Amino acid sequence: MILFWILSVVLVASAVFTVSQKSPVYSVVGLLINFLALAAFYFTLDAEFLAVIQIVIYSGAILMLFVFVIALLSSGIGPFREGPNRMPRAFVPAVAVVALFLGLVVYGIARGPLVPTPHQPTSTIGAAGNANVFGSIADFGVALFTTYLLPFEVTAFILMVAVIGVVLIAGDAVPQPTLGHHAAPKRKRRRESIVKSR
Amino acid sequence: MLPAFGFALEAPWWVEVVVKSLVLLFIVVTTFAYSMLAERKILGWMQLRPGPNRVGPWGLLQPAADAAKMLLKEDLTPQTADTFIYRLAPFISLIAAMGVYAVIPFSESGNGLWSIGDVNAGILFVFALTSIGVYGISLAGWSSGSKYPLLGSVRSTAQMISYELAMTMSVVGVLILAGTTSLAGIVHAQNRLWFVIPQLGGFAIYLITAVAETNRTPFDLVEAETELVGGFHTEYSGLRFGLFFIAEYLNMITVSCIATLLFLGGWNAPFGLTVIPGIVWFVLKAGLFIFAYIWLRATLPRLRYDRLMAFGWKILLPAATLNLMLTAAVVAVTG
Repeated sequence: MILFWILSVVLVASAVFTVSQKSPVYSVVGLLINFLALAAFYFTLDAEFLAVIQIVIYSGAILMLFVFVIALLSSGIGPFREGPNRMPRAFVPAVAVVALFLGLVVYGIARGPLVPTPHQPTSTIGAAGNANVFGSIADFGVALFTTYLLPFEVTAFILMVAVIGVVLIAGDAVPQPTLGHHAAPKRKRRRESIVKSR
Repeated sequence: MLPAFGFALEAPWWVEVVVKSLVLLFIVVTTFAYSMLAERKILGWMQLRPGPNRVGPWGLLQPAADAAKMLLKEDLTPQTADTFIYRLAPFISLIAAMGVYAVIPFSESGNGLWSIGDVNAGILFVFALTSIGVYGISLAGWSSGSKYPLLGSVRSTAQMISYELAMTMSVVGVLILAGTTSLAGIVHAQNRLWFVIPQLGGFAIYLITAVAETNRTPFDLVEAETELVGGFHTEYSGLRFGLFFIAEYLNMITVSCIATLLFLGGWNAPFGLTVIPGIVWFVLKAGLFIFAYIWLRATLPRLRYDRLMAFGWKILLPAATLNLMLTAAVVAVTG
């Protein structure tokens, strides 16, 4: 329980830090701490696999791309120059939205039992590698490829569409240093064939 | 579980963890110091020169001299640097590099594994920490506020993300064969046959990607002296540079340990030579990999950057995917 409160404070503080920083790189550091705290939360909930995947995918891949883009955009000139201060105008709507959702949360808690029943595991906890264990990789995989097969495939398809879209949009702008003399015309033909086939 | 105690410790769990961590920290840092010396010596011999031989007998005290030099050097911060992140970055690198050792099991004896924590998602935990370690490099390059570090860090980020993909894919084959993600479980699954034999392709891909992940020659584009001065750590000096240096060597030792655990059966003795304790086998096997990496550095020239990326995406990743699919198919058919 103490761990829960410490993690909560870290989580909320890092989230506030993320949105309140003027330099985007500081925001990224805040977000990194946020993701790590979230992963630690998953660990306390015995969801070892989810925790690790949270770090690998969100911190390791997605946030890394943020850093990449920010580093390139603000290259050579140090941090971004500061934009206009939008905090005053955003303050009132922000407080209203926060109040609304806080109200909803309080309403939800007030309607439910005052003391939440402690987490009762139905199976043995902790051996994430084995089947029939909460949060195990085996069960996760089985669920993903049987019960949730359609959503899984649809998600994969949407991501694929995004990848092809990026290649199509950025394809011509990127120089191809490796392919030698015949590279450019070949590439163009390929792109045209993709466009035509649409 | 340190065997020297010989009895079960009647202390709270965190005391045990702290003691183990301190002991391991000492061992790991000493290993770092002497693998660095070994690298300089072996490089020297391979290039027909003596290597460091002035401090102590055979240069054995060289690491201590280096450490003293690092500590006493002035710690410079460029004016253009973003001070906070500039100071933070080396610590991210080092903590991520050291954190991995929390889950690596070094051997096993009657009263358990020789590791700080036996995490069930062990190998995934290692990958997670590796991906955090990249931040140290990219933030260092950005916060230095000068162009060579930035170029170096952008390169390294692109390189590490690209090779991390192929590396993870090459390891999944082992996970399928072992049926677990626990590092100890993977070693136990190799009691009869080391995975290097059924997973020869995965092993080769892992070795290559591991060199790229640790930014060593021939994939050390990150700190290519001839074009990028010192890469991401150009502006760092003194102890902060030392931290990056330690992190880099620790990463090399880490990938060697992981390769040992995944492909060479960890502490399992070959040819039934169980007289020799497991930890000796583990050190020997990991040392073999470290030697191989030093050997590579002495032998191979640096790759061109675009070739490096093309190699990673067009050869290693498809090869790793093929290996993964073949392994999955074989496991699905046979059992």
